[in-house]
Amino acid sequence: MGASELNKQAPNIFVWLLLLGMPFWLPAIGGYTELGTRAVVLGLAAMSLNFLLGYTGVLSFGHAAYFGLGAYGVGMTIRYLMPSTIVGILVGTLVGTLAAAIIGPLIIRLRGVYFAMVTIAFGQVFFFIAFRWNSVTGGDDGLSGWTRLPLDFGFASIDIQHNARAFYYFVLVVFALSVGAMAWLLRSPFGRTLIAIRENEQRARFLGIPVDQHIWISWVISCCFVSVAGALYALLNNFIDPRALYWSQSGDFVIMAVLGGMRSFWGPLIGAAIFVVLQDYLSSQTENWMSFVGLFFVLVVLFFPRGVLGVIRRKVTS
Amino acid sequence: MSLLRVENVSKQFGSLVAVNEVSMIVEPGELCAVIGPNGAGKTTFFNMISGFLRPTTGRIVFDEEDVTLLVPARRVWRGIARTFQITEVFPELTVRENLRIPVEVAAGYRLSPWLSRDTDTKIRARVSELMDMGGLASKADRLVGELAHGDQRATEIMMALALKPRLLLLDEPTAGMGDQETYDITQLIRKLHREQKLTIVLIEHDMRVVFHLADRIMVLSEGAMLAEGTPQQIAANEAVQAAYLGKAAA
Repeated sequence: MGASELNKQAPNIFVWLLLLGMPFWLPAIGGYTELGTRAVVLGLAAMSLNFLLGYTGVLSFGHAAYFGLGAYGVGMTIRYLMPSTIVGILVGTLVGTLAAAIIGPLIIRLRGVYFAMVTIAFGQVFFFIAFRWNSVTGGDDGLSGWTRLPLDFGFASIDIQHNARAFYYFVLVVFALSVGAMAWLLRSPFGRTLIAIRENEQRARFLGIPVDQHIWISWVISCCFVSVAGALYALLNNFIDPRALYWSQSGDFVIMAVLGGMRSFWGPLIGAAIFVVLQDYLSSQTENWMSFVGLFFVLVVLFFPRGVLGVIRRKVTS
Repeated sequence: MSLLRVENVSKQFGSLVAVNEVSMIVEPGELCAVIGPNGAGKTTFFNMISGFLRPTTGRIVFDEEDVTLLVPARRVWRGIARTFQITEVFPELTVRENLRIPVEVAAGYRLSPWLSRDTDTKIRARVSELMDMGGLASKADRLVGELAHGDQRATEIMMALALKPRLLLLDEPTAGMGDQETYDITQLIRKLHREQKLTIVLIEHDMRVVFHLADRIMVLSEGAMLAEGTPQQIAANEAVQAAYLGKAAA
């Protein structure tokens, strides 16, 4: 590994060290482990959204639907089908991914605002199902009466149910697998076709890239990982309610991605961390915490259009 | 056997007939120029060949296959590549990255999540080869958006070439260029035509370029074919002179 390669890897190493040490340094500066877990889970959601938004150039305002499907998938599996955390995550992810795969062909021909609007509309369909179907989803009260369960490997078991640190590291492993897969894909020939579409759709089309097909695949991959995040989110709270599918939740993901910097791989994670910390701190001070997050967002968009990480990057390179 | 046969294509936008019953045959290895005054329907005609627009009536046959209704990507897979009047590249990517994408697509890896070390080496080699051919090697790692207009054009042409086309369509390759740039691009096109035996159809306004390069010229005027022939025949054609060349030649 040459010096320039090491330079390129430095941000990655830094992020992973921070994440690995989170349960140790976060309490020291006044946080708590669940807050870190929350940032990682929502960070995964924002990074998944950014696979589509930042790397394919397609804005979805309906990712909460697949986030919510992952969440209800895991909750309902543990409650009704099988008491296993792992199986629950798999079912949740599968349900979210399948829904995205089926809805995909109906929306991928649309661009820009039209795409965003239709993703909201489809998202709201799932919201109303979760909201109205009381007997199965618990309706407005949410789905309770289940908890995440210890991981049982037969020869050993890990108690992620009661040990917050163990659960954090479990989430971190799933996070690592997910973002690792996304980073891998972005560096592949397929990933380069997505960047081509983002940069100049017409040119991409006339280079022999069937743009709609590639956007569909990118959409499905993005929704797949956002449903993983949704499943983890439900496990974190041992609870899920329809607000996780509401369109404003999709908006939160977009805010996180833009806040942190959607042209950078880690940006959305930083955005999610800022969002979660602001929410945690401000909501204990005022009921109108969202206005302050909104104000911060507006300032960032106005003065640092490349997001928080974009600013840091520019400082480092100059 | 002809490579491209355009049979009586017309394109209507509302009540405007942009192209009216135009036919054209291109033989393999030919360099054919389409000229005509502004608004003659040249670009519309081109757009129908490349799949950007669908003809209202008529047929387009490429290598004995009817491609009239195929979407652009499918025409590219069959061997039709094009450049645009206003350069279409990926300005925020480097020259190397711009070329790598079409090389990978042409090699059939557009969906692959992974490349073997061997394939990766071959693809890099092909990208370097294209950069050398286009005179871009010294600018390999510069962003295309920061390059001079002529170099952006050269990048775009090499991107089209990376697709290993059997028919290359160039829409005003020297538009907006100075004398030196025009000369360089003309030399590049001539080289591709001679050395690669590439079949090329181009639209061009610069008559020096057209008469220097073309084996055959077709003249469009008001959406219809006015004349067709060798450069000498076209230069001598009175109807063409009246409609178009008169001003340029005088």
